[in-house]
Amino acid sequence: MPVSLASSKAIFDALKQCDVRLLSALPETWLVHLIRMADDDPETILVRLAKEEEGVGISAGAHFAGVKSAMLMQNHGFLAAINGIVSFAHLYKIPLLMLISYRGSFGERDPWQTQGGNVTEALLRAMSIPYSILDRIENVEKRIRQAQTLADSSMQPVALLLTRDLMWEE
Amino acid sequence: MLRLDCLRAVYSDLGNCLVVTIMGATAAELHSLGHRPNFFYLQHAMGLASSTGLGLALCLSDEQIIVFDGDGSLLMNLGSLSTMARYRPKNLVHVVFDNESLLSVGGFPTATSTGTDLEGIARAAGIPSALTVRTVEDFSSAVKNALDRKQLTTIVAKVEPTGPAGYVTDLSLVENRFQFRRYIQSLKRS
Repeated sequence: MPVSLASSKAIFDALKQCDVRLLSALPETWLVHLIRMADDDPETILVRLAKEEEGVGISAGAHFAGVKSAMLMQNHGFLAAINGIVSFAHLYKIPLLMLISYRGSFGERDPWQTQGGNVTEALLRAMSIPYSILDRIENVEKRIRQAQTLADSSMQPVALLLTRDLMWEE
Repeated sequence: MLRLDCLRAVYSDLGNCLVVTIMGATAAELHSLGHRPNFFYLQHAMGLASSTGLGLALCLSDEQIIVFDGDGSLLMNLGSLSTMARYRPKNLVHVVFDNESLLSVGGFPTATSTGTDLEGIARAAGIPSALTVRTVEDFSSAVKNALDRKQLTTIVAKVEPTGPAGYVTDLSLVENRFQFRRYIQSLKRS
């Protein structure tokens, strides 16, 4: 499976450098290495979810506890989490670092991913969520640090879109 | 059984807990008994009170967490039972006030009014201890036992579909959130 091990490692290392100690995740193909790295790391609390919206509550609990966290999900998982993002993270000013795999964009072969790709950025903009597209491994460390910094200072959700160019090697 | 009487019966046990409630009558009634800085009222995001409790429990293993959930909220996030059961933190007590109704929006009956059994769902999801109570006395002892046993427990409390006249309190949502976090940080320093 040509999911990029190098990019996954760069992302995981960057999260660790930001002192992210809890990751909530729902498996998706592009995230398999990341989730395994979190699972293998004794310093990281990995919470495997039934549905992505749970991750908003878990991250809020972690924030109250003084623990930095991040959510790993596919863009369809972001769609499934929207009410929680608006009526918890936005309403209560919760810093929320969201790493979202950007399925359904250029190069997508799976027909079932394509609608989600169409609406992801439009929804982020509609929700006033600052976001950045991560498509090069050399930008990973800095951009994740910047996203974490902005989430903390603004006390709001911030999204990084993980693209095919970053996550898929073929 | 009235939810307010249940809350009153365990209020004195909440002093050393971190408390998360759902919105509406549950939040307003607990607040009416006397707000404390260790109470967080999730005034929206239905379904996520239990997830918030799980996040707190996993990050603060030395603290006791208690969530006051409701049938309407839990039915919106049944997967939370499977996630809680998967990690089964010993320091989390999950109370579900089941009034078989979406009370705060006009009293529409939920699926528990037509037979859905939340205790059974919790048990089948893998929650190590799940029980249903119908009297204030049983409720009080169930909560105290769960706090003492240090085992993830879901307590379904069958209550009347009644609540206070209004749900808005004088505590702003954001003030509550900052106060709650600051309270937790003060525990770490002490």
